[in-house]
Amino acid sequence: MTFDFFAFIFYHIFLHYGSYRISVKHGCSCPFCCSSWWSEVQMGPPDPILGVTEAFKRDTNPKKINLGVGAYRDDQGKPYVLNCVRKAEAQIATKKLDKEYLTIGGLAEFNKACAQLALGPDNEVLKSGRSITVQTISGTGSLRVGANFLSRFHTVAKDVYLPKPSWGNHTPIFRDAGMQLKAYSYYDPKTCGFDFKGALDDILKIPEKSVIMLHACAHNPTGVDPRPEQWKEISALVKKRNLLVFFDMAYQGFASGDIDRDAWAVRYFIEQGHNVVLSQSFAKNMGLYGERVGGFTVVCKDAEEAKRVESQLKILIRPIYSNPPMNGARIASTILNTPELYKEWLVEVKDMATRIIRMREELVGNLKKEGSTLNWQHVTDQIGMFCFTGLKPDQVERLTKEFSVYMTKDGRISMAGVTSGNVGYLAHGIHTVTK
Amino acid sequence: VAPPSGKTEVPQAAPVAVFKLTADFRDDKDPNKVNLGVGAYRTDEGQPWVLPVVRKVEKIIADDHSLNHEYLPILGLPEFRSSSSKIALGEDSPAILENRVGAVQCLGGTGALKIGAEFLHRWHNGQDNTKTPVYVSAPTWENHNAVFANAGFEDVRPYKYWDAEKRGLDLSGFLSDLESAPEHSIFVLHACAHNPTGTDPSQDEWKQVAEVMKRRNLFVFFDSAYQGFASGCLDKDAWAVRYFVSQGFEIFCAQSFSKNFGLYNERVGNLTIVAKDNENLTRVLSQMEKIVRITWSNPPSQGARLVSITLNDPELFAEWKDNVKTMADRVLLMRAQLKAKLQALGTPGTWEHITEQIGMFSFTGLNPQQVQYMVKQKHIYLMASGRINMCGLTTKNIDYVAESIHEAVTTVQ
Repeated sequence: MTFDFFAFIFYHIFLHYGSYRISVKHGCSCPFCCSSWWSEVQMGPPDPILGVTEAFKRDTNPKKINLGVGAYRDDQGKPYVLNCVRKAEAQIATKKLDKEYLTIGGLAEFNKACAQLALGPDNEVLKSGRSITVQTISGTGSLRVGANFLSRFHTVAKDVYLPKPSWGNHTPIFRDAGMQLKAYSYYDPKTCGFDFKGALDDILKIPEKSVIMLHACAHNPTGVDPRPEQWKEISALVKKRNLLVFFDMAYQGFASGDIDRDAWAVRYFIEQGHNVVLSQSFAKNMGLYGERVGGFTVVCKDAEEAKRVESQLKILIRPIYSNPPMNGARIASTILNTPELYKEWLVEVKDMATRIIRMREELVGNLKKEGSTLNWQHVTDQIGMFCFTGLKPDQVERLTKEFSVYMTKDGRISMAGVTSGNVGYLAHGIHTVTK
Repeated sequence: VAPPSGKTEVPQAAPVAVFKLTADFRDDKDPNKVNLGVGAYRTDEGQPWVLPVVRKVEKIIADDHSLNHEYLPILGLPEFRSSSSKIALGEDSPAILENRVGAVQCLGGTGALKIGAEFLHRWHNGQDNTKTPVYVSAPTWENHNAVFANAGFEDVRPYKYWDAEKRGLDLSGFLSDLESAPEHSIFVLHACAHNPTGTDPSQDEWKQVAEVMKRRNLFVFFDSAYQGFASGCLDKDAWAVRYFVSQGFEIFCAQSFSKNFGLYNERVGNLTIVAKDNENLTRVLSQMEKIVRITWSNPPSQGARLVSITLNDPELFAEWKDNVKTMADRVLLMRAQLKAKLQALGTPGTWEHITEQIGMFSFTGLNPQQVQYMVKQKHIYLMASGRINMCGLTTKNIDYVAESIHEAVTTVQ
């Protein structure tokens, strides 16, 4: 029996060592051998932005503040479901709609209203039918479809120029789509403001036909937007350089509180003859984050081109997710297309933007009260959900470790996470790590 | 100088066939028109059917004011992911108990295939692989090719599956393609209710497939879009997936809740991952996150909530299973009746396959000319492949359809 036992063991060692030698990576059935298909898969790092919230959740400090991801909070620090959203949902529920597939391009009423919101309802582009808007999986999905589209069809140039800095997710999206990433100066760390001269100098050097990414309003992460006169100069220069403009508009309404004012740059550029591509998100301005509501628009030279572009967008979308989710688009469409709800929405967006503006003022006020002698004007000069504090990574780390204030390493804070209840504590923390 | 539209070189693309079919059907004014095209369930009145349990859970969600619209985690709603994987693998699955099953909530079955394909491109058989062959059945759901090709796989090839002559599974062809496939090739297997043929391997045939796949070191990627729809029983329809897991395979399984929950437009899907152990699983999920983040950041919440609440409540779960059986039973009834009518008409050929095939679809065996006849002359819309959606049949139109098939077969070559 002993001999048999050892023979059994040796046989299996030999067998499995043998098969291990033949093929390291396979999903075989033997319980005590070989590696997994995935033994070479590396551990991925946590997402720099979304990872902040995960870390925040794990923190047990009652005073903790989450200033990471850009999601609006009310003055109690709670997520805010807009009243117009609740009303729209109630309205939709009474209709007892079916759940049939949307077309690849999404809900038509949504697409139309989405484009109108960005361009203005009387825009010549919409009247002539020379644009196409498809419903997308919020802003990320829109950028992804856009990047794939440009990669496949804008073959004259592979370079995308992002402002320095830009939303962290822009780079991997465009890279994965096969584009090359470049940058133009944008943020001036000395002033915590717009490096207008630097931007113009860099844009002047961009090779013709390259793609240039512009944040339509409420630049993420800096909160620094060009003034209208500056936009005008940028437009002229971009036209001279013959660049393809990709607008990312994730915060329409959130910057100034006024949706027309926030869309001014997009509309101006189109007026000036730029046939732009545009990504829109309704995550923030309608609070529809998890419903994934967005649009991707291509302004074309005529309606015929728009039809061709539409057909190709469908070909791109189908192998990703076939067709988009209904729920959020239905809510957004109901709001945009129902006058009373639309009016109510405009008021709620303004209220959200106003609260943020007030928090900026209170933060600066509290920093002064703490005795900070540093210049914090940029906090109130900047616009939208985010503030580029100017904090260095080591200061950010201290702020997180010692005060449980969570933000991204680049010093960006989401003003939406600031409340009258925590602004004092926040100012105290910031002052402590910067004095 | 006019700025570049940059898009003068954008050619018109052909429309996706199945959606064009539905569009043509919609535009058709003929009172007798029948849509046997796109795969969505229809009642006997020819209407879409929102499952009663779904309406119930929608109300539960609407009445719960503690719910908001905040972002889900990148990988999706945790309760949804775990309960969905349990549906596929069985609650008592040893793999689940061993903590080596994970999941990614995705946008429908398509989204699950997409994320799985992107992962395989990056991490399977080396890194950023473009050359590993991906095998899809001949025929298969037409979007399989595009999903894998767009994920970077240059070599998407067919494996023999459908035997047109005998109107059944070409098992020896299938097995021989498995034998000759290069090691580590990826095989997309339909878990049940094969689309478009409705022809599934028997349990014994699956065992033979598994034996070759194990020996040849082939990667198993299940597409499970019809669990519950095939036989009416969830566990029965999951037999193949569970068998492979029991044989120690590490697998991907793309699950769709579009059909079995009737949640088509909410895009509810789940990519279930069975790994050798928790450590490998953890690394895989971390890389899945990165792929999701640059595709859609995080998935939509409504559909996942609906499914999760249903699966995690015993009463609602029982009601759902009942709703699924209602749908499957109606399909079985239509199959039986169509076959009976064709036999009664004396339509040439054998029609056993109508009842032998399983799930939503049937590969009628009609050739392209006969299909054209059906569409153009009879206003009955079906795919050029001869695929019909059984759900499009009703007690009111089945006679017309049977007669039309009879005409097509007898008058059109």
